[in-house]
Amino acid sequence: MPQFQEKSIVVTSERLSESYFRLVLESPRIAAQAQPGQFVMAACGSTLDPLLRRPFSIHRCLGDGTLHLLIKIVGKGTKLLADLEPGESCDLLGPLGKGFTLDPDKVSGLVGGGVGIAPLLFLVEQTNARYPQHQALHVFLGGQTGDDIRQLGQEFEQIGASVSLATDDGSLGMQGLVTQPFEEALGTLQQVFVCGPMAMMAATATLCQQANVPCQVSLESHMACGLGACLGCTVHGADGNYRHVCKHGPVLPAEEIAWIR
Amino acid sequence: MDSLKVAPDLRVSIGDLSFANPVMTASGTFGYAKEFNDFVQLDRLGAVAVKGISLEPRAGNPPPRVVETPAGMLNAIGLENVGVARFISDKMPFLRGCKCRVIVNILGDSIEEYARLSEKLTGVAGIDGLEVNISCPNVKKGGVAFGTVPEMAQAVTKSVKGATDLPVIVKLSPNVSDIVAMAQAVADGGADALSLINTLIGMAIDTKTRTPKLANIIGGLSGPAVKPVALRMVWQVASNVSIPVIGIGGIGTAEDAVEFLIAGATAIQVGTANFYNPGATEAIIDGISDYLVEQGQASVRDIIGSLKVGN
Ligand SMILES: Cc1cc2nc3c(=O)[nH]c(=O)nc-3n(C[C@H](O)[C@H](O)[C@H](O)COP(=O)(O)OP(=O)(O)OC[C@H]3O[C@@H](n4cnc5c(N)ncnc54)[C@H](O)[C@@H]3O)c2cc1C
Ligand SMILES: Cc1cc2nc3c(=O)[nH]c(=O)nc-3n(C[C@H](O)[C@H](O)[C@H](O)COP(=O)(O)O)c2cc1C
Ligand code: FES
Repeated sequence: MPQFQEKSIVVTSERLSESYFRLVLESPRIAAQAQPGQFVMAACGSTLDPLLRRPFSIHRCLGDGTLHLLIKIVGKGTKLLADLEPGESCDLLGPLGKGFTLDPDKVSGLVGGGVGIAPLLFLVEQTNARYPQHQALHVFLGGQTGDDIRQLGQEFEQIGASVSLATDDGSLGMQGLVTQPFEEALGTLQQVFVCGPMAMMAATATLCQQANVPCQVSLESHMACGLGACLGCTVHGADGNYRHVCKHGPVLPAEEIAWIR
Repeated sequence: MDSLKVAPDLRVSIGDLSFANPVMTASGTFGYAKEFNDFVQLDRLGAVAVKGISLEPRAGNPPPRVVETPAGMLNAIGLENVGVARFISDKMPFLRGCKCRVIVNILGDSIEEYARLSEKLTGVAGIDGLEVNISCPNVKKGGVAFGTVPEMAQAVTKSVKGATDLPVIVKLSPNVSDIVAMAQAVADGGADALSLINTLIGMAIDTKTRTPKLANIIGGLSGPAVKPVALRMVWQVASNVSIPVIGIGGIGTAEDAVEFLIAGATAIQVGTANFYNPGATEAIIDGISDYLVEQGQASVRDIIGSLKVGN
């Protein structure tokens, strides 16, 4: 699979909440190759601070040459990206890593926590486009507060997914963890895709293992290159060997990961 | 008449080994080259120095292994690598197909391991030279790094030289009080060239949790932040030791590279810059060429060691 370095022009930057925004970039070469679950390494700013690129899941590719990112502002790099105006550019490397593998004949559950919701919209949209007969998509979204996930929840509904919401403060959907509505529905699911905070992924993976439902997780790790060169992005594997998130993942079968250490 | 201008001669050599240009990739920052194939014309590079190889595969350190610091990064990869057998069977076929020189970076726990590794790599088609990482702990000497004691550094050099007929580049650790003494000891041990610097030992702390940011607690600092230290060391070594020097440390632009050449480096390696700018090496090759045209120099060799210091 070819990878590209592409100077991408910002088409729009849309604030979704206090800390979430969506960046739409003109990135035709990366977008043409991207698969759900893959990521890009984005250069944030043009100085030596911050120095390294930042990894972001590909949130959406609508087939018009644009690539969408859903970003939560947590530090210097994400703040610089939030300040980008339409017409300005951002250098991207991608598409990187291995994405989700979805079986269109099975009932799917997608579990997203916070900004981990990002790759799931791409997964649903691609599945709808490729397998119009595959209607059975259940989406479970969790966030700190309703503002973070309200619009995203509506977007999933508009494209035909059934959506369950949970927020920490109870301002939208049920109050509590997204794993609760997920657990109640798990009996009806045949495959599960998860992206979110480590604790949420661990809980979901454990539930799936107990119910004997295959589960794929999209992992995070500190990355310097995103290309499999620095060997910096390791996670502990269940077999005692390390996995490199940028190369073996970011999406991996949940059973390959050592969740409890 | 710009179009008639002859492109400057970028060729350099280290002993009998010639390079198309002085720009190489630094070990551990370019994988086994294939990782960068979509971003760099590998054939244009002077050389690729591959990730450090040991006799047996190594798993490396637990995560987190990397953390960003101002204009730099700390890494504690822990010398993870596939081991020499898989390196030769899995990684060399691709490297052999590249027109650039291939330098294999090696590491060991003991003097004997360095020698055995060198024997195994000698005669493998496509390998042009060895680069000996001596910033590793000598297990038999209580874990003191080979590169911090001149006698140990010299002993490793001699044992590698005795085990191979490939050109031997010894890569110096900057974590020493007298870099020139170390360089001299290695030169006296028979090294064909020196490369410097490896990373500077550093540390970063998360003040919220009061824990080290690296699982290994300490790690190696690299990137633009280390450049002045590296440049100083390269200048001191090149001015005092007679074998060729390869300059490494914080090089991200042609301007940086030219500084090292002026300070006395025969070639340079690009490390951390490959991460934030995967095309850095090619831009540096072009930039050195442009600099030579601007300066009216026909060959890059004319600027090596051309530093002017006051009367
Ligand atoms: C494969 C992958 C996909 C990702 N996808 C997205 C996405 O779609 N949207 C999004 O908003 N974020 C995503 N992230 C996380 C994102 O990369 C980090 O939030 C970002 O690098 C932080 O940069 P910063 O300069 O703003 O923060 P910094 O100033 O570097 O750090 C601020 C805080 O964030 C933490 N942090 C930094 N890097 C990471 C990281 N890689 N993973 C977890 N925590 C980190 C730091 O420890 C610190 O506490 C993804 C990460 C990976 C590895
Ligand atoms: C992630 C990483 C891994 C490295 N691995 C090795 C290695 O295996 N062997 C070695 O001799 N040097 C290794 N180095 C050191 C670099 O080759 C180089 O000497 C150092 O990073 C300074 O150059 P820079 O500032 O251009 O990165 C590594 C550096 C980094 C950042
Ligand atoms: S981020 Fe460099 S190897 Fe994964």
